[in-house]
Amino acid sequence: MSDQTCVLDVRKLTRSFGPVWALDGVDLTVADGQVVAVLGPSGCGKTTLLRIIAGFLPGDSGSVDLAGRTVFADGRSRVPTKARNVGYVPQEGALFPHLDVAANITFGLPRAERRRADIGGLLEILDLDPSLATRAPHELSGGQQQRVAVARALARKPSLLLLDEPFSSLDASLRESTGRAVVQAVRATGAAALLVTHDQDEALSLADVVSVMSAGRVLQTAPPLEVYTRPATPFVATFVGSGTVLKATVAAGMATTAIGTFPVSAAVTPRDGEAPVFVRPEQVVIDPDGPVRGTITGLDFFGHEACVHVAVPGHDDVLSRVRGDQLPATGDEVRLSVRGAATAFGDER
Amino acid sequence: MAAVLAPPRPVRRVGGTGGTPVALLLLGTVIAVLALVPLLHVVQYAVTVDPAVAREQLFRPRMAMLLRNTIGLTMASVALGIVISVACAWLVVRTDLPGRKLWHVLLTAPLAVPAFVNGVGWISVTRAVEGFAGATLVVTLSYFPFIYLPVCAALRGLDPVHEEIAATAGLGRVQTFTRVVLPQLRPAILGGSLLVALHMFSEFGALKTLRFPTFTTAIYDQFNSTFNGPAAHLSASVLVLLCLAVLMLELRLRGRRRYARTSSGTPRGQRRSQLGRLRLPALLVPGTVVALALGVPGWSLVRWMVVGSSTGTGLDGLLPTAVTTVAYAGLGALVAVMLALPVAVLAVRHASLSSTVVERSTYTANALPGIVIALALVTVTLALAPGLYQTAIVLVAAYLIMFLSRAVVSVRASLEQAPPVLEQVAKSLGSGNLATTLRVTVPIVLPGIGAGAALVFIAICTELTATLLLAPTGTETLATEFWALSGGLEYGAAAPFALLMVLLSMPAVYLLSRSSGRTT
Repeated sequence: MSDQTCVLDVRKLTRSFGPVWALDGVDLTVADGQVVAVLGPSGCGKTTLLRIIAGFLPGDSGSVDLAGRTVFADGRSRVPTKARNVGYVPQEGALFPHLDVAANITFGLPRAERRRADIGGLLEILDLDPSLATRAPHELSGGQQQRVAVARALARKPSLLLLDEPFSSLDASLRESTGRAVVQAVRATGAAALLVTHDQDEALSLADVVSVMSAGRVLQTAPPLEVYTRPATPFVATFVGSGTVLKATVAAGMATTAIGTFPVSAAVTPRDGEAPVFVRPEQVVIDPDGPVRGTITGLDFFGHEACVHVAVPGHDDVLSRVRGDQLPATGDEVRLSVRGAATAFGDER
Repeated sequence: MAAVLAPPRPVRRVGGTGGTPVALLLLGTVIAVLALVPLLHVVQYAVTVDPAVAREQLFRPRMAMLLRNTIGLTMASVALGIVISVACAWLVVRTDLPGRKLWHVLLTAPLAVPAFVNGVGWISVTRAVEGFAGATLVVTLSYFPFIYLPVCAALRGLDPVHEEIAATAGLGRVQTFTRVVLPQLRPAILGGSLLVALHMFSEFGALKTLRFPTFTTAIYDQFNSTFNGPAAHLSASVLVLLCLAVLMLELRLRGRRRYARTSSGTPRGQRRSQLGRLRLPALLVPGTVVALALGVPGWSLVRWMVVGSSTGTGLDGLLPTAVTTVAYAGLGALVAVMLALPVAVLAVRHASLSSTVVERSTYTANALPGIVIALALVTVTLALAPGLYQTAIVLVAAYLIMFLSRAVVSVRASLEQAPPVLEQVAKSLGSGNLATTLRVTVPIVLPGIGAGAALVFIAICTELTATLLLAPTGTETLATEFWALSGGLEYGAAAPFALLMVLLSMPAVYLLSRSSGRTT
């Protein structure tokens, strides 16, 4: 994809630490103005990927192109970090403790431009009060520090903003608003961003495209809705949201499983035969007229709703979502039916 | 994040009973008053002196010369010390310099050589070190580790994420160092410079040897010639003012900015800069410093030893002098720790305004030159208890005032390792009061007490100025005996005394280099 509008192009990137493959042939592209999230559990290699793109770490093989320039290839860094024109926002913001907010933001600008820099404008884009400019970092809250760190990274108009779990240190209430403000700022400045995170809500709500990684490999790259509704592998299905993987016999677009027979959908037409299929808990409904009988073995209660664990003949843990005010009790006998289509996976495991 | 941003909380007593014990507070107050005697005396003198006398003494060309010398020496030494320390610390901590661990120990080792021994070592090699430039060089070589050690610790503690951000912001190696690393080293550099400055103000032996008069050497001469005259006292007042001025300056420069890490995650391991072709030439930097700071006095010492043994100078005087020194140092260390305990308990377990005042009072003497403390004790003793003049009691009192703060710092730190909650846990497990103290508190606190005692012991072993002024007639310590012999140019006879002092100082220096040399 040597497309003009491609800001980042990572191809077949590998990196090992001793016997462990942190990256095992990763492909990833970010188009101009796009926000891409790399989502995966800790240890999946996503931070290593980001550090190689930034130039903090060399890869073993493969290549990295930034804004049409090859910055890494053949196991050798071609362009040092300082010339890569990327903005970097680490986990805790890491504002320079010896500089005030304004000096932090203008840190990367040439001396002559520092005084003319539109600090107030940047602060406003990030939903911060311009009067914060003269504050010291320790006088800011965690969320404010994080936003200033983003402003500092954006001030140089980088071609790509690298966000390394930037919201994971904030409490839940701040995480959402900070994330939204940051993505709005990225869009307002027209930059592209690569967001590395282990938080599926964050990835789904903020990004245009989500890449799900596990054990050094990219399992699926697609828009959030597609990743959620048509997960490419059982891992993606259960990591991005919850659900039940069922053994099924597929014939003519219909799957026969332990909880009934229903249609399947997939990116490619599913082949007939034995294959796993996947249903979300909200698709499995407790229904007095349902075809399958089961026993409730447990409840996860969340207030407005609950997730019910049901044992049926042939599967001992089928998940079903119910409203919080319609709770069955553990041990109850219920009948289940399935709404909509189940997801069939591709050929890969 | 909130926990990181909150200011350090004072140690809170958990479930304690009532307020501070009155007896403990009284004891602490007595100790504080003892520690404050020199400062109170100087202030009292300055307030009550006849203004005409003061004017006559102060506005003399000699005073102007002393002021110029003292300030000039201090500024030059601090500047030179910063350059040496930052260069060496960066090479040792942040590059792939060969033999880094060895260099770290060698760059700390000058602290084991008392400055007056270093001075005599240099002057016996070349007379060129007399005067301003020579004095600056020699005395800086003795005291630069006070800057080097905290800078090393600060460099190790830096979060590499800031340097990574600087790289993404387009900065090269040099710019990253000047704009990101150096500013964060500022508190360490300032703290170390303060210590060096205070040592410059109080240095006597080395400057006397190098014939560079400052206030401290002048006070000594004035005291010896006119005994208790106004000249010595007024010089002392000026010196105390200078000490206060640098303390204020340091506070001012440090400012209110905080340098704590703004992030709370675990810092990634630091990468060392590759020196490449400069890897071997870079050895010249620490190599030159070590050769000048250790090589020259070391070579002198060895030469004197050889000459001494060939001329048959016996070691007769060494043993009794060593015994006297160890007796004073042992007694001083023991009493210092005993006095430090109540002060530390007050500060840690009974935090309040009065206990803070008590604790801080024991630190004031730290900023006062030994000569001022000695002068004050002579005057106060003669006025209040003439019978005590020139007795061991006054000398030990001077040692205590000078070095009590070292014991307090150690004991306090170890007490903080034993929070009351540990004792409460022990009690909840059925242990009685005494058993709790013996099985929980004492084992935790003991190493700190030992370290504090060791620091005081070593400081007394190598103390020269106050000992010269206060020692009972006929009492000689290693330092005064070395001073007397080397003053008479009997270097061969003086060498064993110097060697013994260096050997005695080594354990403390080793501890210092370890505590800031710990690899993360």
